[in-house]
Amino acid sequence: MGRTSIFSLSAAVTVLAGTMPALAAWQPQKPIEFVATAGPGGGTDNLARAVQNIITKHKLTEQPIVVVNKGGGSGAEGYVYGKASAGDPYKVIFGTSNAWQQPLVSKVAFNYTDLTPVAAMAQDEFLLWVKQDAPYKNAGDYLKAAASGEFKMGGAQSKDTDEVLTRMIEKVGKVKLTYIPFKSGAETAVQLAGGHLDSHVNNPSESLGQWRGGTQRPLCVFSPKRLPQGAKVTASEGWGDVPTCVEQGLDIKQYEQPRTVWLPGKVTPDQAAFYVDLMKKVQATPEWKDYIEKTSQVDTFLTGAEFDKFIKEDLEHVKQVAGEQGWLVK
Amino acid sequence: MDNLAELLHGFTIAVTVPHLALMVVGVLLGILVGVLPGLGAPNGVSLLLPLTFGMQPVSAIILLSSMYWGALFGGSVTSILFNIPGEPSSVATTFDGYPMARDGRPTTALATAFGSAAIGALVGVILITFLASWVAEVALAFGPAEYFAVYFLAFASFVGMGGAAPIKTVVALAIGFAIAAIGIDTVSGSVRLTMGVDELVKGVSFVVAVMGLFGIGELLVAVEEEFHARAVSSKIDWAEVFRAVGRLPRHGVALLRSAAIGCWMGITPGGPTAASFMSYGIARRFSRRGRYFGTGEVEGIISPETADHAAGTSALLPMLSLGIPGSATAAVMMGGLMIWGLNPGPMLFVDQKDFVWGLIASMYVGNIVAVALVLLTVPVFAALMRIPFVVIAPLIVIICVVGAYSVSNSYLDVVMMLGFGVVGYLFKKLFYPLAPLVLAIVIGDKAEDAFRQSMLMSRGSLGIFFANKLVTCLIVAGIALLLLPLVLQLARLWRKPASAAAETTAQEKVII
Repeated sequence: MGRTSIFSLSAAVTVLAGTMPALAAWQPQKPIEFVATAGPGGGTDNLARAVQNIITKHKLTEQPIVVVNKGGGSGAEGYVYGKASAGDPYKVIFGTSNAWQQPLVSKVAFNYTDLTPVAAMAQDEFLLWVKQDAPYKNAGDYLKAAASGEFKMGGAQSKDTDEVLTRMIEKVGKVKLTYIPFKSGAETAVQLAGGHLDSHVNNPSESLGQWRGGTQRPLCVFSPKRLPQGAKVTASEGWGDVPTCVEQGLDIKQYEQPRTVWLPGKVTPDQAAFYVDLMKKVQATPEWKDYIEKTSQVDTFLTGAEFDKFIKEDLEHVKQVAGEQGWLVK
Repeated sequence: MDNLAELLHGFTIAVTVPHLALMVVGVLLGILVGVLPGLGAPNGVSLLLPLTFGMQPVSAIILLSSMYWGALFGGSVTSILFNIPGEPSSVATTFDGYPMARDGRPTTALATAFGSAAIGALVGVILITFLASWVAEVALAFGPAEYFAVYFLAFASFVGMGGAAPIKTVVALAIGFAIAAIGIDTVSGSVRLTMGVDELVKGVSFVVAVMGLFGIGELLVAVEEEFHARAVSSKIDWAEVFRAVGRLPRHGVALLRSAAIGCWMGITPGGPTAASFMSYGIARRFSRRGRYFGTGEVEGIISPETADHAAGTSALLPMLSLGIPGSATAAVMMGGLMIWGLNPGPMLFVDQKDFVWGLIASMYVGNIVAVALVLLTVPVFAALMRIPFVVIAPLIVIICVVGAYSVSNSYLDVVMMLGFGVVGYLFKKLFYPLAPLVLAIVIGDKAEDAFRQSMLMSRGSLGIFFANKLVTCLIVAGIALLLLPLVLQLARLWRKPASAAAETTAQEKVII
């Protein structure tokens, strides 16, 4: 990242000097493409489409926006596309922490340094879910039962956020779990409902319908404090009633997945600044609040140095888990 | 009959002037995207999605699902007329639909396909109406082992009954599996078989493969073999449309069997593609004229079309009740559901009765609207066959190139599509069957994932495939279908060796 920053800084000075007299910041002159690094219907796709709606509704830019899905290869397709579009400020890539985690564990042809970070908007929480009629009432019971070593934990994709969290649970809870990867969180939720798995660690939105429908329930949330109360999900409980995992003796204080926004590499700083500003405007709308509440995510906005720091810290953490598991690509 | 009351209530929602108008618009747009190169139902629905944000959810889903019906019908048009399947599920329709159209009977082929498709869809909707809750439970019983068993059954039913030499079928299957393995592997998360080409990380798109294998492959064969005599003289014949539909009841057994296979594969998560292949394979075995399949047999069109639409329709149920999309189009619609503020899942049927039953009622009406509109267009489409080959051939190349490019705006896909064209040509020349290849490309990676997930669950023991009644039945049925031709062959050899040998040569001629 260091070299890119210096390069962009000098580029910024040049561009700034060039445009100074007019004082007109960069504005898009043709349609903008939002690239969701996931298939239709997933969390990343929903974010891209929600942002598109808000921008269109409030006319935050004059140009039309189209959303395209490039979810092949667990999202690698979209990032590789972003890398290949270097210098093109009309492609905005929506992803997750995948952008820096995936290159660690598989030989994909991109790294997050090939892209220009715009912002991390919204953090998705993780919860520990079990089947509705499972005998255990809290994470402590679950861990005791899991000590038998026969437990099957499902999750979306391999060596991705879900499996990293599973390995963390194994380490902290001193248990052994069989991790079974599926294509998506939705598929995993159905497998748990059918009793083919013992547990999974889905995001709230991925299992919302299943919780309401009484096929599965959350034991605890991997967050330092309980989630905001919000509306009731089932007749008696809402997200705020779910205890934290630390409360229940599963000592993982925080595990979150940021939704991230990127531009291709080699765009100018004022082009990047335009999108940072645009996303800030999106975040100030009531529709955004509504989206955050409906999907039970946490509203955050990290950009610039803060975002950079977040990536570096997360990267260190994942490197450690991946190293212990022997996942790192050589 | 609670459901019947709910359904009648649904009809009061669906049969209103604005909703009927939406159905007509949706179906027409659907036929258009189904026929146009490379658009297809998933793309069409996603293009239309932003327009629906301001609508009532019921109106929005009626518009989108009508477009889906239209696109399903439209997709069969290119399969039959030009041997270019627009959707994975219409591949099997090309096997007899295209030869029949080439034979100068495009009107009959199209009308038969549309008529049987409508019957399939109708059976699917009836199933959804009366067995909604039961169906949802059946789908839940499917874990990885059961998924694998369903895919295994699909492979077995087709492979065991294919017309080509068994070893060639196995080779075609193996190539298909290798192509399906390209890209990121779900179970290990590692990149496979990209051969240093970064873009291949996304895998090989089905559309790219079939456009090349069928469209370009067929073109190359045609150019070589019968360049001069390709124009088909077919007069526009309205009466034949109705005669063809009127002849359908004669094939009642095939219709019922195919609808049953389609519904079964739609509820269990096998999906429309597996359903149409399986139905075609089984029809080939059990039809009295089975040995003529591949030359333009009516039942060879009825079987895959009925099963495809029965499965496509009943596959919407798992989407609504469980939140698992059965097809790419269903996935886009599910995204729409969430944007409209509805959560697909078990509670939808309780919380959103108007929406669910309005949709189900609209499936009845929408399919009737679709089949009426599409039958009216038959003579127009059939007239396309009169265009001389020298004009149509470049058009087919354009359709394939544009179609391959528009999958993900990539030149690599165009190059691969042309490569697949050469493969398709070689397969035809060397009497290798294309169907197992396509089947393996489409469901090969799913079958592989399911198998490896099962192995993870059972820690490597194959016993998981005999762990309960459901999975045991499926696996045993698969093995039986696989061995059936071998047993029959042996039995025949035992009795009269000479005639069996003669039959094998006869079969060699009709290879699909």
